[in-house]
Amino acid sequence: MRQVAIIGVGMTRFGEHWDKGFRDLVTEAGLNALKDAGLSGNEISAGYVGTMAPGSLIGQEHAGALIADYMGLNPVPITRVEGACASGALALRQGIMAVASGIHDIVVIGGVEKMNDLGTAAVSRILGGAGDQEWELFLGATFPGLYALMAKRHMHEYGTTEEMLASAAVKNHKHGAKNPYAQFQKEITMETVLNSKMVADPLKMFDCSPITDGAAALVLAPVETAESYSKKPIELLATDQATDTLALHDRSSLTGIKAAEIASKAAYKKTGLGPKDIQVAEVHDCFTIAEIMAIEDLGFFKKGEGGKATLEGRTTFGGDVVINTSGGLKAAGHPVGATGVKQAVEITWQLRGEAEGRQVKDVEVGLTHNVGGSGATAVVHLYRRL
Amino acid sequence: MKGSIALHWRRIPERYRLEGTHCETCDSYYFPARRICRKCRRKGRIVPYKFSGKGRIYSLTEIHSAPEGLEDQIPYVLAVVELEEGARCTAQIVDVRKKDIKIGDGVEMVFRVVQREDPEGLISYGFKFRKLH
Ligand SMILES: [Zn+2]
Repeated sequence: MRQVAIIGVGMTRFGEHWDKGFRDLVTEAGLNALKDAGLSGNEISAGYVGTMAPGSLIGQEHAGALIADYMGLNPVPITRVEGACASGALALRQGIMAVASGIHDIVVIGGVEKMNDLGTAAVSRILGGAGDQEWELFLGATFPGLYALMAKRHMHEYGTTEEMLASAAVKNHKHGAKNPYAQFQKEITMETVLNSKMVADPLKMFDCSPITDGAAALVLAPVETAESYSKKPIELLATDQATDTLALHDRSSLTGIKAAEIASKAAYKKTGLGPKDIQVAEVHDCFTIAEIMAIEDLGFFKKGEGGKATLEGRTTFGGDVVINTSGGLKAAGHPVGATGVKQAVEITWQLRGEAEGRQVKDVEVGLTHNVGGSGATAVVHLYRRL
Repeated sequence: MKGSIALHWRRIPERYRLEGTHCETCDSYYFPARRICRKCRRKGRIVPYKFSGKGRIYSLTEIHSAPEGLEDQIPYVLAVVELEEGARCTAQIVDVRKKDIKIGDGVEMVFRVVQREDPEGLISYGFKFRKLH
């Protein structure tokens, strides 16, 4: 098996792009990534694109063919990959496997979602498809509702407070304020979060990630040729994916996402690395409780201590590990299929030392954690400078 | 979720009567019904099982921002209910506000309207739970 590296990255700004459609967003991100890698496009032998629901959001299926066409890449094979909110990281994983196996050499990875062409109620219903439609959503669950059920149980078992949850949003907005690609480049206070409108108790509007349009892309190559394309290639040390029950109620515990714990343990085992070796991580904070659980599941903090650690500032600059320098899903935005790819783009910038105002010092190893639904899919990647 | 009458119809045993399954090999209970035991896989002996409808609140929230079809019900309490046989399900808790119910409280199944598509559309029925006093 060959080792695989990232040789170029690019993205659109995340936000409400009234003037840009699905194909505009994905081609903009794709061109940025090709330019960064110094490629013309002729070198590309395959592509994978993560997108959750273009069929429902814009009535467009067959996203792989559309993107190959508008990227001017025909007849290169491009395949759509779907795993709800983890679609982006799954696309990256498919690309890594294609390059590692030797089937393809230069592979482009995209993640995209165009969400603002529909109203909030319709988008919420479509995102509900990431859960169990018949046994959760039909019976009255919503996505904030499912994460609220996890939050309530976390509070019950570990004494996690609403202030601890809110501190994740405050921290991510502080990071997002330094990210020119973020949807919200604005700091907020604890009071803003705590006084925002209740969505699903205890989660309020500012505990939730927004509805976002955007795309991200990157280019993969085998490590042995990576340096001929990029001055600073980033090696992918591990790609691990795990699944759990589709419905939240069928899980043995509601206070963590077991699939994420399993995927991260597999990645650590394979590389001989552990949470202490990681300086920067992008985690899937679709809701504030999701970030608290993520930093516990990934082993950065003991089970039950994630909320306290966040409130104490241990997950920002100067802390034990810097979580979500991009602003996370909360402040950078969450164009569902794009998120997993954006996380890899952000970690690449961090490892290359190109993250400007949000650069973490002395970064050696980075991690991304992308979750689908309420935790039925989880994908963890580890990265290091070559 | 709109649309198919057949979809609602084929779930009637589970939604109206809490009929699930039981694995006789490992004594696991499944709701909704599963044909493959998660523990025993192909070694499981799966038989139909009607749940008693009694259980406890495992976790709960109050929904203030409703999905399409449930707008007229907000705010409502939504819970993960642990049935006394051990299986868990997601359901609404009726006739109660958040402040009057907590994790661990006993509940029993009731039969209610779950969703109305629109004033003239399909009305879907199914289980909800209420607090036991
Ligand atoms: Zn069994």
